[in-house]
Amino acid sequence: MSESVLGEEVSADTVSADEVAFGETLVELDGLTKHFKSERGYLAGLRFKRDGTTLPRPTYERTDVQAVDDVSFEIEKGETLGLVGESGCGKSTLARTILQLVEPSEGAVYFKGENLAELSGEELRSKRKDMQMIFQDPQSSLNPRMKVGPIVEEPMKAHGMFEEEAKETDKSAAELREERARELLEKVGLDPQHYNRYPHAFSGGQRQRVNLARALSVNPDFIVCDEPTSALDASIQAQVLNTMRDLQEEFGLTYLFISHDLSVIRHISDRVAVMYLGHIVELANKEELFENPQHPYTESLLGAIPVPDPRKAGQRQILRGDVPSPIDPPSGCRFHTRCPHLIAPEEYDLTDEEWNAVREFVRAVMRRTFEANSEEQVRERFFDGTHPGGDAGDVVDEAISRIVLDEWETANELLQESFVQPSICASERPAYFVEPEHGTGEHFAACHLHRDEPQTY
Amino acid sequence: MSSEPLLQVRNLTTQFFTEEGTVRAVDGISFDVYEGEIAGIVGESGAGKSVAAQSIVRLVEEPGEIVDGEVYFKGEPIVEFEEDDDGDLAPTDAMLTNEEMRRNIRGREIAIIFQDPMESLNPVYTVGGQLREFIEINREVGTSEAKAIAVDMLREVGIPDPESRYDEYPHQFSGGMRQRVLIAMALACEPSLIIADEPTTALDVTVEAQILELVDELQEKYGTSFIWVTHDMGVVAEICDRVNVMYLGEVVEQAEVDDLFHDSHHPYTEALLASLPRPDQTVEELNPIEGVMPEAINPPSGCRFHPRCPEAREVCARIHPDNRDVSEAGERTHRAACFRNDAFDVGYDESPPLEMTAGSGFSAGLTGETDAEAESGGEAE
Ligand code: SF4
Ligand code: SF4
Repeated sequence: MSESVLGEEVSADTVSADEVAFGETLVELDGLTKHFKSERGYLAGLRFKRDGTTLPRPTYERTDVQAVDDVSFEIEKGETLGLVGESGCGKSTLARTILQLVEPSEGAVYFKGENLAELSGEELRSKRKDMQMIFQDPQSSLNPRMKVGPIVEEPMKAHGMFEEEAKETDKSAAELREERARELLEKVGLDPQHYNRYPHAFSGGQRQRVNLARALSVNPDFIVCDEPTSALDASIQAQVLNTMRDLQEEFGLTYLFISHDLSVIRHISDRVAVMYLGHIVELANKEELFENPQHPYTESLLGAIPVPDPRKAGQRQILRGDVPSPIDPPSGCRFHTRCPHLIAPEEYDLTDEEWNAVREFVRAVMRRTFEANSEEQVRERFFDGTHPGGDAGDVVDEAISRIVLDEWETANELLQESFVQPSICASERPAYFVEPEHGTGEHFAACHLHRDEPQTY
Repeated sequence: MSSEPLLQVRNLTTQFFTEEGTVRAVDGISFDVYEGEIAGIVGESGAGKSVAAQSIVRLVEEPGEIVDGEVYFKGEPIVEFEEDDDGDLAPTDAMLTNEEMRRNIRGREIAIIFQDPMESLNPVYTVGGQLREFIEINREVGTSEAKAIAVDMLREVGIPDPESRYDEYPHQFSGGMRQRVLIAMALACEPSLIIADEPTTALDVTVEAQILELVDELQEKYGTSFIWVTHDMGVVAEICDRVNVMYLGEVVEQAEVDDLFHDSHHPYTEALLASLPRPDQTVEELNPIEGVMPEAINPPSGCRFHPRCPEAREVCARIHPDNRDVSEAGERTHRAACFRNDAFDVGYDESPPLEMTAGSGFSAGLTGETDAEAESGGEAE
């Protein structure tokens, strides 16, 4: 069939002045931040104080939701950067902020070297052509009253594509767009004959293909894919992922691939960024990240996935507690309220074993996960044979006696003040590079466990 | 494991009578659940696994109806059919009444946990109040004793600070905490069997891990049996003892979990496993299953998987394989509905290979009934 319509577009682009070579930076995020104002109290049920304890009463004051906080990284042309995190970590907000669908509170996004925030409305509109997005739910993003052909043509129309070309041929712009839509339907693995069908006649996987065709229609460089296969069954997901890879190769696309699914991320990505509560906590080449994770949150995440092999079952590492609210998130390292490796404050001289016992005790008091009938019982449960001496021991003893008096809040405050707030984890935001074991790419890990490693930059 | 199964399901058949025709959502499935085991039902959407779970406790919604089969729980007939004088199938007199199901079985003997806890929790009552009331009614204890049991249960399932969270409303709980509350509710009456329908699907992976660990602990402690319905092969591998794989209304393979993953006897199971991206290793090329699962309203002839099966032969399109024991002498029971196994004698080896009719995956049939591909399985059997 006429490769011409597709071919022309690609070659037209390759001669344009702002072209970025493969492997060079296409998108750059510099300190990107998005805070929302929230005046309502409905997040109140899950509110946590700085120390991670719940507040007993809903609060209604005006608050700042720190959805994305000071995020910087680059995306190279032709690569797939996987962005993984659990719900509420800010990954979807980050995607929308990159595309300027929501305005950043601070920081900048550079696309092909241009600061998107500094573009005029018209310039940004035409840049949008180069940056497309596909969403998780293909159903709601397709207008049910439009046939799939016109759906695919819509963005081309909006950007006035083929208006010029039409003057030089005997075809109208609309005809040229239809030609391209049919070719794209075939490219994404649909039957071009389905041009006149309505979305409801398609299965979920096929609808996601229609979305792909639509995103591709304006010949973008960069596609943000927000959980594109999460609603699909396993066997269909594999089909769509394979198609996305083929298209990337054919059209030289760059993907930011957002998912909560680590298996999908491992398959599709070249590099992977892990997000927790608005921060990027780790970023490395895929193999390096999965085989040599250097952030305790990444480790917990990897340890939690059920592997489809019963011989590997039961080796899981369980992360305790819930993710704190992004309203007034934990200071320093945001993972410090749950981290199994929280670093001991320097003023105490504790053995690893003692500190492990203290840390577990601090968390258990914070979450009130046990009943305290007597001091002996609590001591036995948490400090059997490892009771720390010195100042730390005094604090622990004081806390235990408070708990037995049912003064949990006082005990918790004491423990937080003595063992958590003085930790480097709670006072400084970590940012380090570590030596990679797999490949040579940079390995970023936002964890103070790496504070003694030589920083090459 | 005792020799008598706790639950016996035989030829269970549930259909939905719609304007477009009869949907054979669950089409003659059989399996057992033994005491203290977690039995998995795994399949993709539309395979019929949720309807199967609902049928076991007789909670099928209109226009669905259980039309045939038997379900025995501790020997009691939850579902039982016989031919009436006209030769039509009708429930037997012995089959438990709706009243008996409500009063004696559901909640007390068989508890159910759904994917969305908000469906089972009333948003206008406190979590503790709902749990207490449930215990009061089902365990016939007084209010203060019920409250004490409720607080204990909340602590047992890992709700922090249960005394004060007792008075909170469901929306003040996170998704994982709500699912814990449902588990507390399910356990409150110390049932013998809990049916869990995709209970962790909506949860984040770290929260899912917490719930799976909790189920493991509780199961060990109380010896409760589970039927775990899921689409996630990872979850199956993690917690199930035995697994039933469903495809288009049928159980196509049934085996101990290790055998299923490492010695599968059915091409659908094999293909499903091969299509999965893995968290523990980098898979360069995924091998998708071609096409999409047809609708249960007009299933393909012969083996229902034949339009997508890479091993399909001509005989597969003609004859319907039943689910039978395919294990070798001395091996653990392993059932599969596939002619490739020696237990079948239909001339599979001599039969010529079948051109795959599901199309190249991408151009596979639309879900609409007008497409040729979707009709590839015209006449049933
Ligand atoms: S900085 Fe501290 S709290 Fe944060 S991940 Fe590292 S060890 Fe854990
Ligand atoms: S019976 Fe035939 S079509 Fe069905 S699974 Fe076996 S080989 Fe495939």
